[in-house]
This record gives sequence, structure tokens and C-alpha cells, in this order.
Amino acid sequence: MTSPNLRSAYGASLVRLGTKDKRVVALEADLGKSTQSAMFQAEFPDRYFQMGIAEQNMASTAAGFALTGMIPFIHSFAVFATGRDYDQLRNSICIPNLPVRICGSSAGLSDFGDGKTHQGIEDVALMRALPNMTVLCPADSIEVEKMMDCLLDWPGPVYLRINRNDLPFVSPADEPYSIGKVTMLRDGSHAAVFAAGVMVSRSLEAATALATEGISVRVLDVSTIKPLDREAIIRYAGGVDAIVTAEEHSIIGGIGSAVVEALRGVSHAPVEFVGIPDSFGISAEGYPELLVHFGLTSDAVASTIKTLLKGGRK
Amino acid sequence: MAKPEEIQRIKKIAWDLRADVVKMIGVGKAGHLGGSCSLAEIVATLYFAKMHFDPKAIHDPSRDRFLLSKGHSVLIQYAALVELGVIPRDEMGKVKTLAGKLQGHPDMMTPGMEAVTGSLGQGLSISVGMALALRLEKSTSRVYVIMGDGELAEGQLWEAAMAAARYKLDSITAILDRNRIQATGPTREIFDIPNLEDKWRAFGWNVLNVDGHDVGAILDVLDKAAEIKGAPTVIVADTIKGKGVSFAENTAAFHNGIMTQEQYDKALAEIAESGRMVE
Repeated sequence: MTSPNLRSAYGASLVRLGTKDKRVVALEADLGKSTQSAMFQAEFPDRYFQMGIAEQNMASTAAGFALTGMIPFIHSFAVFATGRDYDQLRNSICIPNLPVRICGSSAGLSDFGDGKTHQGIEDVALMRALPNMTVLCPADSIEVEKMMDCLLDWPGPVYLRINRNDLPFVSPADEPYSIGKVTMLRDGSHAAVFAAGVMVSRSLEAATALATEGISVRVLDVSTIKPLDREAIIRYAGGVDAIVTAEEHSIIGGIGSAVVEALRGVSHAPVEFVGIPDSFGISAEGYPELLVHFGLTSDAVASTIKTLLKGGRK
Repeated sequence: MAKPEEIQRIKKIAWDLRADVVKMIGVGKAGHLGGSCSLAEIVATLYFAKMHFDPKAIHDPSRDRFLLSKGHSVLIQYAALVELGVIPRDEMGKVKTLAGKLQGHPDMMTPGMEAVTGSLGQGLSISVGMALALRLEKSTSRVYVIMGDGELAEGQLWEAAMAAARYKLDSITAILDRNRIQATGPTREIFDIPNLEDKWRAFGWNVLNVDGHDVGAILDVLDKAAEIKGAPTVIVADTIKGKGVSFAENTAAFHNGIMTQEQYDKALAEIAESGRMVE
């Protein structure tokens, strides 16, 4: 039975990949118990490299591993994995298009207590802007496992955004998965919600609630944020009167931006974002409380849909 | 001790490489003349004597690796790879143009390049990853990485220095091109880093010194570095920025300078004369 915890699923998957392929190595910056790279360490101590609290060196060291035929996974909190070593990701890894896997753990607001410095809410924007970088944001632990199974052969660098907490199961366990897939979890005719990560389950809740009011909502899991399947976005955005994006990320440069970029040049229903306004995070006692604070709730998704639909109906 | 004829051969090559660097920069265009010329003897010794590197099998996993952490000096590496036949000679006229494969800094689109460097401070870390991976594969390949003295202000280099010592990476030979001039002036004035040798020792490295233009000494010190086990070694090479081109020596003006036709002719004439003097 898969754990609902994304980090546990990540660690277990890393061990699975390590068993399958000895090119897999893991590098850690002293957060192995949080990122769950420690599971790989226990299983493969010879292929586990503690790099200390030095993310820049870790990233370029991973480039050296990849240039020598290995598939390195590097680990830190999302905010450090993408920000502290941005230049190293850009130059050492993305320019030569190396198969380095960057695990941005405790992403978004999921490290609720540690506050602004530890909450990575602009990481998707940073990673999306890097040429060659693939950007993944799983909605549940099943999707983590399926994504990880794609990472032995996927060419080029990959950023994997991992939530710290348990998340409800939403993705269809028996459906085949491939990177780039936009998964329709529920069909509907009035509105379409493009969501990722924790906001996928919340958007499904919103769709269920709105159904009782006669509003039919389509919910899409956009777990591959880049390369974005533009055809699929345009297709799923068609035939509805409202389009909403929902993400645990700044509204600047995240999934909302990506969806609007995909829809440019085609006529489409009005779009609104559910996301974090241009601000930093904040410490809170619990994760759900923090999501409420930033309006990342099923109610927010539902009311955003209704507002758009009202405007559309005039 | 290296044989005199071997030393003569490498010295000659070094001057040939310098001439190619000048030709690649050309007239009226900016190019990193100073830091390329300071490396000529070191690069010639590595590529033409010391490194296990077959120009006909540049992806051979057992090759020694060569990394220029100070990627802006890549012209001297291009010159060596042209001389070895890895890069076609006609690419030299297309350096830093849309028509060519020779980028302004090391790039994997160029045959023979081992990594992307140029954003300073990253090469030593990349060499750490290579050395760790080579160890996993039980390879005996060595990793040679060249840094600049101005570059040592980058904090990442010291992270990498700690990591290399932590993992006892004795397959790494780092070479510090201590030419004492950086982009905008003498390193002593711009950002002085005193007691360099002591700093490296404190970070867990073996430190050797060499005159970076004395081919015989370079050959010997590279041998010595390879023999030291249990820790990485840095060779502090004292060099002259712009060595061999009188108007470019010891000046920041030709860190990335532009030559007039007169200067270009003078540079090639001086280099040719120095090459002839090698007997």
C-alpha cells in the first residue's frame, strides 16, 4: 500500500530506481531525514554522497556525476534547491542538458512553521524559465511513484516539486503515466480548473460542491508544468465558460502563467488564478491553516469559478 | 626527470598554441588573450605529454579529464584540440560566430569539451563529481582542473575544496593559474587573498608550487601530484598574464582586450621568435 505521504513515496521510489539501475546516485545537503533521501542512504551507502550544507557545490558536483554517465538525484528544500544554486543549475546542468534530477522537497507552504525563508513559492517560475528543464509537480504519492519511474530514461534535467505532507489520493492508480500528460480527473461543461499539487484535491472538492448547485466542473491535473502539453491545455480549455488555475505558488510565473501562455492566440473563456499573491509566505501552526490564510482552498476555487461564470453570463 | 628533447617538444607546442590563440582573436575583436597565454605551457604539457587522452577516442571512459574552471581562457584549449585534430582547423576562423562551434566559453557543442564552465567557481565542483563517479567505476582516470587566482573569490570553490578533501579525492589535480591579474586590475588591489597556500592546506589539500612557464618543472610537479594519495593536490603555478606578447604581459588591459593590426602583427612576430629560440 502506497503511503499518502509524498516524501515517503519519493524515498521509496528512489530506492526502487537505485535497485534497478546502478547509475543512480543521491546527493544530499544535510536534509536527508526531511527529503527522505535517507532511505536511499540506508540501502546504498556507497552511492549516497553527503555534500554538507553547500547546495551550489552539490549542484555542480551532480553535473560532474552526470558527465561521467551517472543519474544523480540532488536534494534540498525547494526554496534552496532552486534558489541557492540557480546559477549552478543554469550553467553546470541546464546548458549541457544533463540528466540531473533536482528534488525540491517541502515545497510551497508545506514547511508551514519555518516561514518565509523556507517556503518555496516561486520555485516553479525559476525552474520554468530555464531552457531544457522539465518541471514536475505531483498531486499525490501515486503520481510521485509514477513520475520517478520515468526518470531513468527521461533526457535532460528534471525538477521535482515534493510536498512535505500527506495528500489525498486523486490520481488514477491503474492508468499509465508519462511525463507531459495532462490528466482529466473529472469532466464538466461549465468550467475547467487546471491545478497541480495540493490544489488538485481541493479543486476536486470544489467540483463536487458546485455539482450540488448545478455547476459542472472539469478538473485537470497538470503535473507536468514543463514541457506543457499545449494541445491538451487548449483542448481541455474548450467548451467551457470559465477557466481557473489553482496552485500553491506565486501567481507570477507558475501554472496560471503557463496555462495562459499555452492559450495565447486562441479564443478562450475568461481565466482567473487561484494562487499566492506577490508576497512571501509566513509561519503558521499548521499546513491547512496556512492554505486558508493564502486562500488556497476548495471554497476559493469554487467562488472563483462562480464569479467568472456570473461575469460570463452577465 | 623529463628528457630534454621532450621538454623542447612541448615548449615548441606551447608557442604554437599561443600563435593560434592570437589568430583566433584576430584584429579589432575582443578576446581573452592574457589568461590564455599564461596557460600555454601548462595546457601543452597536459594535452601533449601527461594526460591519458586519445584524440581519436575523445569519449573513451578511461580518458583523463581536463576542465577549465576559468572558462574564459578556453582559446588555449581550443588551440590544443585543433593541434590534436579533435577540432577541425577551419573552426579557428569561426570562433564566437554563429557559423562556428567554438563558443566564447566551454560548451558541449564543441568536440573535446568535458563540461560547461565560464560562470566562475563551478569547475572544481564538477571535477569533484567526476572524481567520485570515476571512483565508483574503479577507474584510474585523473581529473585536471584549472582555476584562476581571481576566481578564488568565488565561495563555491571553497565548498568544492572541502568536499574534495572530505572524500579524499586524490585523482584530482587542481592547478591554480596564479597570474596575479584579474579583469579590472591586479588581484592584490581588486580582492587580495593572502596566504593562498596556507588556505588550501587548511582546507585539507596538498600544495605544490611550480613556475607555470617551466615545462620541465611542470612535468615533474604533475608526476609528483599524481603520486600523492589520500588527499587532493593543488599546484600553485606562478605565471605571467599575457606571457609571450610584450604589450599584453602583466596588464589587465588584455584580460579581454582588442588588438590593432599593428599589435596583432607584433604579437605573432614575438611568438614566432620565441618559438624559434627554443633549442
